[in-house]
Amino acid sequence: MMQSRGELPHWVDVGLIPVINLAVALIASGLVVLIIGENPFEAMWIMVQGSLGSLKGWGYMLYYATNFVFTGLAVAVAFHAGLFNIGGEGQAYMAGVGAATVGLGLDFLPWPILLPLAILAAMAMGAFWAWIPGVLQAKRGSHIVITTIMFNFIAASLVGYLINYWFRPVGKMAVESREITGAYILSAREVAREYFGVKLASSPLNFSVFLALIAAWAVWYLLWRTKLGYEIRALGANPSAAIYAGIRPDRIIIIAMAISGALAGLMAVNEILGVQHRLLLGYVGGAGFVGIAVALMGRSHPIGILLAAMLFGLLYQGGSELSFAKPEINRDMVVVIQGLVILFMGAFEYAFRPALSALFYPLGGEGNQ
Amino acid sequence: MTPAIELIGIDKRFGSVHANKDVTLAIAPGSIHGIIGENGAGKSTLMSILFGFYQADSGEIRVKGKPVKIRSSSDAIALGIGMVHQHFMLVEPFTALENVVLGAEGGRLIGPALTKARAELVRLAKDYELEVDPDAIVGELPVGLQQRVEILKALFRGAETLILDEPTGVLTPDEADHLFRILRILKDQGKTVILITHKLREIMAITDRVSVMRRGELVATRETKATTVEELAELMVGRHVLLRVEKGPSNPGETVLEVKNLTWKDRKGIARVDNVSFSVRKGEILGIAGVSGNGQSELLDVIAGIARPTSGQVIFEGKDIGILGDPRHVRAEGLAHVPEDRQHRGLIGSFDAAESAILGWHHLESLGKGFRLDRDKVVARARAEMEEFDVRPPDPLLKSAKFSGGNQQKLIIAREIKSNPDLLIVGQPTRGVDIGAIEYIHKRIIQLRDEGKAVLLVSVELDEIRSLSDRILVMFAGRVMGERGPRATERELGLLMAGVGQDAA
Amino acid sequence: MNLYIELLASTIRMSVPLILACIAGLWSERAGIVDIGLEGKMLIAAFVAASASAVFGSAWIGLFCAILASLAFALVHGYAAINQRGNQVVSGVAINMLAAGLAVVLGNEWFREGGRTPALPPEGRFLPFEFPMLYDIPVVGPFAKIFLTHSILAYFAFAIVPISAWALARTRFGLRLRAVGENPQAVDTAGISVAALRYRAVIIAGVLCGVAGAFISTSLSSSFVRDMTAGSGFMALAALIFANWRAFPALGACLLFGFLQAVGNFTQGASIGGFQIPVQFINMLPYVLTVVLLAGFIGKSVPPKASGIPYVKDR
Repeated sequence: MMQSRGELPHWVDVGLIPVINLAVALIASGLVVLIIGENPFEAMWIMVQGSLGSLKGWGYMLYYATNFVFTGLAVAVAFHAGLFNIGGEGQAYMAGVGAATVGLGLDFLPWPILLPLAILAAMAMGAFWAWIPGVLQAKRGSHIVITTIMFNFIAASLVGYLINYWFRPVGKMAVESREITGAYILSAREVAREYFGVKLASSPLNFSVFLALIAAWAVWYLLWRTKLGYEIRALGANPSAAIYAGIRPDRIIIIAMAISGALAGLMAVNEILGVQHRLLLGYVGGAGFVGIAVALMGRSHPIGILLAAMLFGLLYQGGSELSFAKPEINRDMVVVIQGLVILFMGAFEYAFRPALSALFYPLGGEGNQ
Repeated sequence: MTPAIELIGIDKRFGSVHANKDVTLAIAPGSIHGIIGENGAGKSTLMSILFGFYQADSGEIRVKGKPVKIRSSSDAIALGIGMVHQHFMLVEPFTALENVVLGAEGGRLIGPALTKARAELVRLAKDYELEVDPDAIVGELPVGLQQRVEILKALFRGAETLILDEPTGVLTPDEADHLFRILRILKDQGKTVILITHKLREIMAITDRVSVMRRGELVATRETKATTVEELAELMVGRHVLLRVEKGPSNPGETVLEVKNLTWKDRKGIARVDNVSFSVRKGEILGIAGVSGNGQSELLDVIAGIARPTSGQVIFEGKDIGILGDPRHVRAEGLAHVPEDRQHRGLIGSFDAAESAILGWHHLESLGKGFRLDRDKVVARARAEMEEFDVRPPDPLLKSAKFSGGNQQKLIIAREIKSNPDLLIVGQPTRGVDIGAIEYIHKRIIQLRDEGKAVLLVSVELDEIRSLSDRILVMFAGRVMGERGPRATERELGLLMAGVGQDAA
Repeated sequence: MNLYIELLASTIRMSVPLILACIAGLWSERAGIVDIGLEGKMLIAAFVAASASAVFGSAWIGLFCAILASLAFALVHGYAAINQRGNQVVSGVAINMLAAGLAVVLGNEWFREGGRTPALPPEGRFLPFEFPMLYDIPVVGPFAKIFLTHSILAYFAFAIVPISAWALARTRFGLRLRAVGENPQAVDTAGISVAALRYRAVIIAGVLCGVAGAFISTSLSSSFVRDMTAGSGFMALAALIFANWRAFPALGACLLFGFLQAVGNFTQGASIGGFQIPVQFINMLPYVLTVVLLAGFIGKSVPPKASGIPYVKDR
């Protein structure tokens, strides 16, 4: 397994390579833009302007980033345990059911109790949806990649059914639940207006963004300051050494997946309790898959994930603005960029290492082995 | 008579390891030629070069007197050289016939190819007593029959020279005997056989000539009839300068570990540890000698709780830990384990030294209350250990993979010794370690013993065993061949290590 | 009665893309390359087929271009997996995403319909055969309506199953390919190139996915719409696993899943003895069945041993 991957200084591994991979992905995307007859630099400028050039842009960017932080953390925790959780999409979707069930079903409870309960319910549902594939992998050896993909589809059908037949009030045309008024997360705009008398541009940004920061910190703390986190990382880094150390792989796999699912579930908290205030179809909108790109770019570290999530938030908001300004460039351009990032960060991960290694260490590896 | 194979001046390095040092060897046609040596002697490398897996740095190969270039296994096969690997290269869901035919199908459609091959297979099987059901699924065959398929593969491609790499490691004694019969038939039919092994019995039983390799060099070649096991054992193991280790007499106390009739079978049902019994007492170092691959690693795994015994007991401080099968429990009872494979087991390369220094001990309350892991305490502990054991560079934040072999080993030994165990089990403590570190590690192990702890030492380095152990057990083929004191001669131990002369149980 | 005829005919139609993608996956995985990207290849092929057909006015040109597009993606995946020894799952996920995005972006640019391609005229599609004179004959009629009303691509799909089964079992290429998926080292030491075999497998997968995509947009339908494949690539993967990586069982699994899709389309739910089964549960059935199989509750799931593991000459 240890081939001649070449030694590299740590900062290159963590900082430079993601940047290079991003650059290559952007260049490739730029080529696509060229092919469709537009100016890639102009497109890039519009995207950056659209996200960073106005408060509204920032609002949207951070709102997107919030989602991506959650799903990125979810993928990252699983990666640390050596597992590829592609099921973030389904886990976030199921989590919405948890949030809505508590938010609507227990709405006689006062807000300070209802909201945390709803959040916990979302996390629990997400955890549950990831826990099952985890158990199947640990106890029956079922490949987690396949099972999580299947569970994405099962969730799509299941939640669709539930919204249609359980949550939708009689007589309502739209396929969604009634409004969740009890478990309510204030948006930035509302807070600014209510408590500061300031008028902010409208955006979906809400208090969940702080949850995202807390979650990032919590994941860092879990992985690097707890015994459980140590065991998770050890298992992913070196399963033989982990077994030698008395770590039980099946136990860790299950726990790591549950945590991963719970994190993905927080995306539903942002979307359902913070923005939509109702349960509706397809609200996850691919965030689970963006999480994969974010985790890969962020090297599965919370700080990297925060940065990568912001980057993708920028791309999504920018892409949205771009498609208004230039209808020829469909907003799915962002999906193309995303795919290229995953391709270069994930599949071609080692592609640039030999060249870089020769650059930094022309005479051979540093340090002894 | 032109030799079938000649290796002239073969030299090969892998980085800093000089695997083959200017080896020159001639193999007579129609003979069985044995190559014997300990692990790391260079025999496998030499044969891999002959079979085209590696290219020698310098030297020449001649087949039937003509110089040839062997750049890949297809070249070797084309020259009539076939190899039966130690770990079989078989496609388990395929039938024996399909396996034999793979790569030499003789046509686009395998239907007709298989029919032709079947006839050929039947003929070969009869000629060489390599009977195998062509339609049997290889994965379901016993190991002895799988090996026959491997041999048939080589013969099917017209091999004139057959290389067998440690062929009897996976065979029962009966299967081994049958293999020897097959080899004799091959020889009678004019084939040349090269047998790589560390087992003296086999050499004496079927070879015509034997070459001894040691530390990359070809030390000697003898006519088998004209030599003895004793001479070969001595050549194999060599006369080394004994590393002087200061060691007082041992003061053994009560028994700490008792292994009773321990047997461990692998997935194929082969007993890798075969009815082993011994005990270790406080204040003594019990050394287990033997060529690697004879069950020592598996024995350590069972005692450490990584593997569960198939039968028999492991009793540590009065408790039967065989049932627990959990390294964490075993550590909690007072056992520490320095694994043989420090890179894959003992450390986590991508973790920094501080985190590797708590591997296996990360649950301790002293490292953090409850579920917490106190980073400062972890780093402080590592720093203290690194200082005491002179690990260089003494930087707990440096990635574990960046330390040299010797320093990595010191890190691991520090970790295990500082846990204050009642029993330390340690495998290959100085493999790939520089002299200075070796001395220090040996000193610490003796120190542990003098403090009244028990040590179980497994090593393939006979010097190490002899200089450290108070008692020596020799393992071969999963069994304990006998017990000797540290004054036992190399010859004595070498014989036992090569499978000759088991003590009465 | 008519309903059942329609249902069975529809079953066959719905299973065609599944069969093609499934056999594509079969070739790839039996050689040891995990292919999560069946969905993406089908999608880009569907898009390219509809676009090229619209532009050139010929379904066959559409098919040809679709195969090229799918091949391009397949080769990227192959390069990542074989030469770069990268993570094959990640590569597959990337391909799916890339295909989804590119199809809409390029489609929007070329046709300005928000990602759709224009509706295709009859020459631009693979139309089903029709034998109206047979339909009224008793016994033969219904049979004809079910089996003889499909386009040529459909028959190709059904033919590819026995062809693949035969090729895998009875040709030298098939033998070696199966070997490389179980024990690449054995193949290497026999002097055969592991990489060459695996690239061939990847190419076959690319071609078949190309046909599958073309079928969806130019036969089953008459244009391309975004996310047209709707998970059929994953369903094909599920069918492959369900069939334990064997060709004829794969055909059965695809027909079963195709049937479930057809039922879902038709009745918007089904009733068993007066009990309404919501359509969503029928939709999720293929996936649930696959999970149950993977969990080992119905038989053992035995993938090719070297599946997904990059081959490194380990010495």
